[in-house]
Amino acid sequence: MKPAPFDYHAPRQLKEAAELLATLPNAKILAGGQSLVPMMNFRYIMVDHLVDLGRVHDLRGIAVADGRLRIGAMMTQRDLELSPEIARQCPLLAEALRHVGHRQTRNRGTIGGSLAHADPAAELPAVCAAYDAVVHLASVRGMRAVPFRDFTTGYMATALTPDEMIAAIELPIWRLGHGYGFHEFARRQGDFALAGAAALLDIGAGGVVRRSALALFGVGERPLRVDAAEATLTGKAIDHVAIETAAAAAWLVEPISDIHAGGDYRRHLAQVLSGRALADAARRAGVEV
Amino acid sequence: MAKQATRVTVNGKSHARLVEARLTLADFLRHELGLTGTHLGCEHGVCGACTVLVDGRSARSCLMFAVQANGCDVTTVEGLTPDGGLSLLQQAFMDHHGLQCGFCTPGMLVTLTELLRDNPDPSEQEVRQALTGNLCRCTGYAGIVAAALDTARRLSNGSGA
Repeated sequence: MKPAPFDYHAPRQLKEAAELLATLPNAKILAGGQSLVPMMNFRYIMVDHLVDLGRVHDLRGIAVADGRLRIGAMMTQRDLELSPEIARQCPLLAEALRHVGHRQTRNRGTIGGSLAHADPAAELPAVCAAYDAVVHLASVRGMRAVPFRDFTTGYMATALTPDEMIAAIELPIWRLGHGYGFHEFARRQGDFALAGAAALLDIGAGGVVRRSALALFGVGERPLRVDAAEATLTGKAIDHVAIETAAAAAWLVEPISDIHAGGDYRRHLAQVLSGRALADAARRAGVEV
Repeated sequence: MAKQATRVTVNGKSHARLVEARLTLADFLRHELGLTGTHLGCEHGVCGACTVLVDGRSARSCLMFAVQANGCDVTTVEGLTPDGGLSLLQQAFMDHHGLQCGFCTPGMLVTLTELLRDNPDPSEQEVRQALTGNLCRCTGYAGIVAAALDTARRLSNGSGA
């Protein structure tokens, strides 16, 4: 047996789960376990109590209301990959899921787990950054809604308090016909990316960009929105030059250097991948660039 | 840490045990049930040797606890093998030299069984994509991919499953 001993709890109700988290000392939430269990097997993490959310029905489901797509935190990445609702309403998320791990890990890994783990090179936090998602947190004190910008607070750090869990994620739905693009570079399929870019473009009459979003991942301590790129795009006609100019704004990021890649190389990737993601987004919105 | 009850159906047979919560599903299968067909390579979710089907979906059994599988239906490599013979996929692995040392083979077979169930006519690219989560350190991927594609061909020719 690899992990240190712990007690296991499998609540069926959200309220019961919240009470366990509020009262048990040194407790951790088990979602899909695809990041937590490896860390437990290495004994990087030793807990006294594990609260498995796998049987809490209230944390599942996909629903569309008031122009927003609401995803239960315990929906697996595979559930989302197969959802026609997500493919239609939030195609950027569907595109990104193809890059997440492997089928065996997507079958178990959840969207809530991915956001709570907050790996800076992970795909799903980057998608949430691009969409300006809202993360709904539950505890014995009730629910609170946190904009994604405020949810990630640093390297693998979030606004979650120890007694809170992610209940749901809300993504604002962009106008039908909007464009999206997602590109990452990883050494092997399924690895965390050295760098990646997620783009959304809403293009109106005359090819004028009505709204844009560009998020980068793998280049900072958390996913970044490139506000400068969005500012150069919005309100102007999209073309090859506009995309190159916007992608150049990615040059401003100051990525980390580690054994996998140097900061300069990551910055280069961020720029190239931003250009490709924006070009895909423009094409999918019906504009050849 | 009191032991906890878990009841798991494995290859069609129900097993109830009292286990430590930290017992992984992989160790449960191997040590409690004696089903040593499931192999453990890295024990941290990278190599894919321990892949089993949980409620019909592939999963790394080193990243699940036996207590999490309470009430689940698990299929291991032993469960893929029909009585008195090999499955079409297993036979194809033999025919195409799809196994050398054999350590990764159980995970490969389970992963490809899921793929061929959901996509009976995959392209080579789709087969390779499906296998990204399974490492073969003999690097015998060519034979494994050939075995999967040959199985797909035989399935589409209607020569039985």
